[in-house]
Amino acid sequence: MSEVVLKYDGSFEGFLTCIFISYEEKLKVAEIVPAGLDQKQLFSETREVNTDVLKASRVLKGIQKKVSRNGFIRIKWAFLSEAPGIEMKLYDMLQYIFSKKEKVDKDYTHPSILYITNVAKQVGREKHRMEAFVRFRLTKDDIYFAVIEPDFNVLPIITKHFRSRYADQKWLIYDLRRKFGVHYDLQKTEYVSIELPEDIGISGANSEYFEQGEIYFQKLWKEYFDSTNIKSRVNMRLHVKHVPKRYWKYLSEKSPFA
Amino acid sequence: MNFDRIKEKLSILADAAKYDVSCSSSGSKRKNTGKGLGDSSGMGICHSYTQDGRCVSLLKILLTNHCIFDCAYCVTRKSNDIKRAAFKVQEVVDLTISFYRRNYIEGLFLSSGIFKSPDHTMERLIRVAKKLREEENFNGYIHLKSIPGASDELMREAGLYADRLSVNIEIPTKSGLKLLAPDKKHEDFMKPMEKVKNEIIQYKQESKLIKSTPKYAPAGQSTQMIVGATGETDRDIMYSSAFFYKAYNMKRVYYSGYVPISTDPRLPALGSGVPMLRENRLYQTDWLMRFYGFDIRELLNNDFPSLDMDIDPKLSWALRNRHLFPVDINRAEKQLILRVPGIGLKSTHKILQARKFRKLNWDHLKKIGIAINRAKYFLTCDSREKELKDISSASLKQIILKNSQSKFRNDLSPQLSLFT
Repeated sequence: MSEVVLKYDGSFEGFLTCIFISYEEKLKVAEIVPAGLDQKQLFSETREVNTDVLKASRVLKGIQKKVSRNGFIRIKWAFLSEAPGIEMKLYDMLQYIFSKKEKVDKDYTHPSILYITNVAKQVGREKHRMEAFVRFRLTKDDIYFAVIEPDFNVLPIITKHFRSRYADQKWLIYDLRRKFGVHYDLQKTEYVSIELPEDIGISGANSEYFEQGEIYFQKLWKEYFDSTNIKSRVNMRLHVKHVPKRYWKYLSEKSPFA
Repeated sequence: MNFDRIKEKLSILADAAKYDVSCSSSGSKRKNTGKGLGDSSGMGICHSYTQDGRCVSLLKILLTNHCIFDCAYCVTRKSNDIKRAAFKVQEVVDLTISFYRRNYIEGLFLSSGIFKSPDHTMERLIRVAKKLREEENFNGYIHLKSIPGASDELMREAGLYADRLSVNIEIPTKSGLKLLAPDKKHEDFMKPMEKVKNEIIQYKQESKLIKSTPKYAPAGQSTQMIVGATGETDRDIMYSSAFFYKAYNMKRVYYSGYVPISTDPRLPALGSGVPMLRENRLYQTDWLMRFYGFDIRELLNNDFPSLDMDIDPKLSWALRNRHLFPVDINRAEKQLILRVPGIGLKSTHKILQARKFRKLNWDHLKKIGIAINRAKYFLTCDSREKELKDISSASLKQIILKNSQSKFRNDLSPQLSLFT
């Protein structure tokens, strides 16, 4: 039997559907790739997989039975890394997990499990960073608005944090790279896709969009940030390790205008 | 709000508060109820980091830097010629809420110079916290300073609104305190600590019976000691610290390398370096004591009163206790694995899980992420032994130093170059 490349829509459900049919049809899988990413595999056919929520949920239940709670979270988070080839690593891990009677998701001697654990750790770190580095700006229509550009697709897993924290204010966090956001309207959160005006910026407070006092709070925050530094202890290496430069432009205390 | 005036106050009162190193915002269990603002039930978050690499988690300010005391080590001391300012209660509340809503901070850390009297000051701090909780429905983190000498009634009230309370002992020994802060009495520090400890114990008992018992300082209390201002040894400091953890159920003891801020002849001169390496070694020792099952007397004692600066305290201990090694990584119990240099808490956890499936060898251990360059001399695993065990501790130390890179190599190089 020849090897097959499975192409799915990029969603977690889509990926799980691939797992389902690979088992159902006993496929020899060469690669699992999200649509849009063209993979030229010689000697193997490509097959488009349509996401099937029912099949996906059956696989999901199967996984949950075979792994610890944290193991399950690691699988989901690793998927959100969007790392090239992450699908096959997950596939390899799942094959190992399904082949054993006992729970083996903590067998850190297995290369794929160790890899997934490490990727999940990176995603967790990015999630935590975003929970820290989101900087809301208050718009004229009373929405606390922030843009982010996370390395991994963490918006879906930071929503809960912001919902329980900012239950009494409207907010919108927008992922510029993946072009979607989460909006909370005091009742519920939902995913939104909007066209952002260019001059809305990533910090600062263009008076066309932002509430009048907004810029002052950014200035006060910057003042606080500078005053709380102890100059005789400056350690830029440590500073940059904690706040990597790629995030600076989103942090009003690190940007020069304020 | 008059922004310019607030900005000036903020700059003075944040500058004065920055020598308090505690930044923790974790360990509370305050959930957002009834669609209020904020939640501090999760882990702590550092929203930014200053250029000195310290975490910015809370809005850390003094209510005022007017002070009736004259403690030599403190910038805010009465005799120091500096700009003074004071926030109004409402100003602190507004600033906290505006920062919190923008996701700049996890909450407020409010301390103060002592004006009029300890009780008068404490009462004002409590008023800020009460307003935040009751008028703003704020569930973010609040850390209040317990003012030395404050009454029991006020300490009781403070804990009802604050997540954490702390008194900074600052000087680890009574004699040091007498020298540098003659107006303050040792008992003044202990009294509020004692009260808070008892209230927490009482809260824990009552809340088991009655669920609705109002929370009391759910994130516990902490304290801070200045390192390198007076002549204390590491042993003095860590024995005090162990005492505070035990006697007052401290959540944390912080160590703050003394930053010279005064020309007082009793203190290190202006411009002398901050003992950051020593501070780091003390924190490592603190961790060994709290998480690795070490008794402080194993790490520091009469024969060994000062920590090694060139190697970490666990390695140092292991080199003094070679008879306990090597540890068989596939059989040893958790407590022993934790004692191997180069193996941390997380690697220990992974080793314990992974060895259920197969015997671990060097390759597994390396991939799990232990620091092989130190650990390999202290363990055996399912591979041929790599290293000779009959080397003396002194030469083993040299071998390890030669093969590792310390982030402190710049601080160390003058000392090391003496020996090369």
